[in-house]
Amino acid sequence: MVTSLRPKPGPARSYHFPDFHDEMLPSGIRLVTAPVVKLPVATILVVIDAGSTNDPAGKEGVAALTAGTLLEGTERFSGADLAEKFEQLGTSVESGADWDSAFVKLTVLSEQLEEATRLLGDVISSPVFPEREIERAKAERLAEILQLEMEPRGLADEKFSEFLYAPESRYSVPDEGSTGSVSTLSRQDVREFYGSRYRAGATTVIIAGDITTDKARALITNAFQRWPAGLVANRPLIATARTTRKSIHIVDKPEAPQSELRTGHVGLPRKHPDFFPTLVMNAVLGGLFGSRINLNLREAHGYTYGASSFYDWRRGPGPFVVSTAVQSEVTAPALREILLEIDRIRGDRISEGELLLARDYLEGVFPIRYETTAAIASALATLVIYDLPADYFESYRKNVRAVSAEAVLHAARSHLHPDELQTIVVGDARLIRGAVSDLSAGDLHVHSS
Amino acid sequence: MGLHGGQFTTMRIPIETFPLDNGLFVTLSEDHTTPIVAVNLWYHVGSANEKPGRTGFAHLFEHMLFQGSAHVESNEHFELIQRAGGTLNGSTWLERTNYFETVPSNELALALWLEADRMGELLPAMTQEKLDTQRDVVKNERRWSVDNQPYGTMLEKMQELVFPPSHPFQHSLIGSMEDLSAASLDDIAQFFATYYTPDNAVLSVAGDFDSIEARRLIEEYFGPIPKGKARPSLPPMNLPPVFGSPRREVVYDNVSLPRLFMAFRSPIFGSEKYYAASVASAVLGMRKGSRLHRSLVRERQIAADAGAFTFDLAKGTDILVVDVTARPETDIARLEEEVEREIDEIHHNGVTESEVKRAVALIETDLLASLQSAGERADRLSMFATYFKRPELINEQADRYRSVTAQRVNELASERFGKDNRASLIYLPKEGVESEQALAAAADAD
Repeated sequence: MVTSLRPKPGPARSYHFPDFHDEMLPSGIRLVTAPVVKLPVATILVVIDAGSTNDPAGKEGVAALTAGTLLEGTERFSGADLAEKFEQLGTSVESGADWDSAFVKLTVLSEQLEEATRLLGDVISSPVFPEREIERAKAERLAEILQLEMEPRGLADEKFSEFLYAPESRYSVPDEGSTGSVSTLSRQDVREFYGSRYRAGATTVIIAGDITTDKARALITNAFQRWPAGLVANRPLIATARTTRKSIHIVDKPEAPQSELRTGHVGLPRKHPDFFPTLVMNAVLGGLFGSRINLNLREAHGYTYGASSFYDWRRGPGPFVVSTAVQSEVTAPALREILLEIDRIRGDRISEGELLLARDYLEGVFPIRYETTAAIASALATLVIYDLPADYFESYRKNVRAVSAEAVLHAARSHLHPDELQTIVVGDARLIRGAVSDLSAGDLHVHSS
Repeated sequence: MGLHGGQFTTMRIPIETFPLDNGLFVTLSEDHTTPIVAVNLWYHVGSANEKPGRTGFAHLFEHMLFQGSAHVESNEHFELIQRAGGTLNGSTWLERTNYFETVPSNELALALWLEADRMGELLPAMTQEKLDTQRDVVKNERRWSVDNQPYGTMLEKMQELVFPPSHPFQHSLIGSMEDLSAASLDDIAQFFATYYTPDNAVLSVAGDFDSIEARRLIEEYFGPIPKGKARPSLPPMNLPPVFGSPRREVVYDNVSLPRLFMAFRSPIFGSEKYYAASVASAVLGMRKGSRLHRSLVRERQIAADAGAFTFDLAKGTDILVVDVTARPETDIARLEEEVEREIDEIHHNGVTESEVKRAVALIETDLLASLQSAGERADRLSMFATYFKRPELINEQADRYRSVTAQRVNELASERFGKDNRASLIYLPKEGVESEQALAAAADAD
């Protein structure tokens, strides 16, 4: 027999987020180094303030296309040559743009770090953006959109953003652009975007891993000597909702075996003062496996494989969304349970047990998140992108612990808006339409997919 | 072996192994750099061990292991670990099932106790109601990840195509809706008694713990669990090294881009030749510098994406798969022809030393980067212990890859990439009357 006595935790060992050094190089580049000597590897992450919210109107996707083709050729080397050179060093460079920044990153054995950094600096300081590679990248993005439209999950996410934000908001169009916008992008657009935004004042290089700060400084100073100075102001962001009337959109997929369901509204910007109470509130509502929404939909009802809620934290107010996929027949009951859970967490204080579960989880899991050099570098990038205080990671757990049930209730009442919920269902309209419209969860619109 | 100053002084991770009297094989690997610890259990049972008419059972059973045990309530396993600030999950594969937690190091005892309780005394907690709910959850998992997902049926269609009928790897891992409906509590009891025994499991602990204390806890919690009875052995799984003739199957599905999966029988995971096959797979399809990407995606621009991977099966035969997605304008015949041409090329003319060097360098970096995570270390220790009783193989991987030469890859390519060893699974967009009717109906509904 296994003992019935549940073990008690031993004394906790203290944990500190890795020490890091943050400095401004004479070139204007910000350098953040986190020496972590566990295994002989290092990650370089270059963050440039050139994300998709800086796409000019009608040119949605240019930030992503610029970052995506940055490694596709220089005066001396073709894109194929460059891929070969990095890969011979045992690394490959990933580059792209999300809403708030462009990024270029690689992880490499420390013995190859110097060579990889030199090559990286050279390449991203003098890209030529060959016409052929630009056109190829565009064609691949268009192919990806075609695939996304066939994929219920991706389609639901995309339609949710489209119906959530006002058409003039950059957030209403996918960060990598739509078929319409991507088709119009030219090499000239990419070169202009690169020329104006890829500058020292907009750039932070983060190095985490088996390297000293002095060595990193020397490497980066040398590798980025051709990087032009300066900084261009960001475009003002519009992030207003398309409507504040709650509504339901069914995107019809005849004979779909499941409904992909999204419901939510415009959320909060990352630097909102209620970040921590909202984080804990969401963990209880739908952020954890043991959250109310998942236990209700999955474990009590067996409606789904999983259901969750989250705030998509961005510089501007990203969406708050509850996301799940349910068997077609139970689409309406599942949606009803979600709406009830949103009402319930706004109605009464959460229990002490729920509060402790969320806080203990967020606090305890913190060190597990930063095991790898890539994860540490990404964490440091959030400090830079969202302009968070230097002690953010050291005070994170204290801030989580300080959240009370009262603060959670306040966050729920202030930042969940049941009357503004926009609901998207990608599923078989014939099967779900009647029951969903009976929920009176807003005006019903049915769209063909 | 031990660690000095909390650092890996070389690229070798320390390993200590010992068996319990009941046959549980234990491996420990200390690293005190971060105050977290990973607990990982592999049971040597997967979908290959299922009985006819019970496809999907091993995976359904994995779900039931989170529904409580003698001293743990339903879903409490999840709650206790998350309350402790840990992460956890489980997964099922053709030949094994694993369960894992990573927790703050002062919660090691909790993670071990929870695993021991469900290994020792699962059955008192099993009810018809729990089984019915998890059956619904798994059916929804099937709808979500297989039926309502473009190319989602790839794994089960591939298994059917490349393994002969009645071979243990031939049937669906997630199972059919019909078989899932048929699973009973008796099946649960029998499967548990047969396969979830200490002598059919490996326990690995990696991270920040004291070896003497960990050993004491493991003996206390797992020691009293009785050894299992004899398990039915799997039928013979060996297959000839090649299919014998080309195979081809076309699936019309809700996809927008044609996609070709071309599979080859290849040497089993862990064998000497496996490493050559793994390198061949990387030469063909790992990252942008690989042959398929360079030629089909970049130069000829007929593919939107191209890759290659191995299933890493340790019994019978492994399967190497080349995976190429067409550009919208590419005709499938052209895509097949170009992929065949690339395979013919490597089959007849082999690879260069430089291609092997690129592949091995990439594999080595990935290997080392993944070992930064305690959960990954524990999982790989369990894998090598389960399949080969040699967890220390984790430290030999880099060397084994480095010793692969172009000549060995060429021998492999010559043996396995011929026309007699190709099985093509092709996904094409559903076309014609049916989808036009659907569109018309949707327009009416608007």
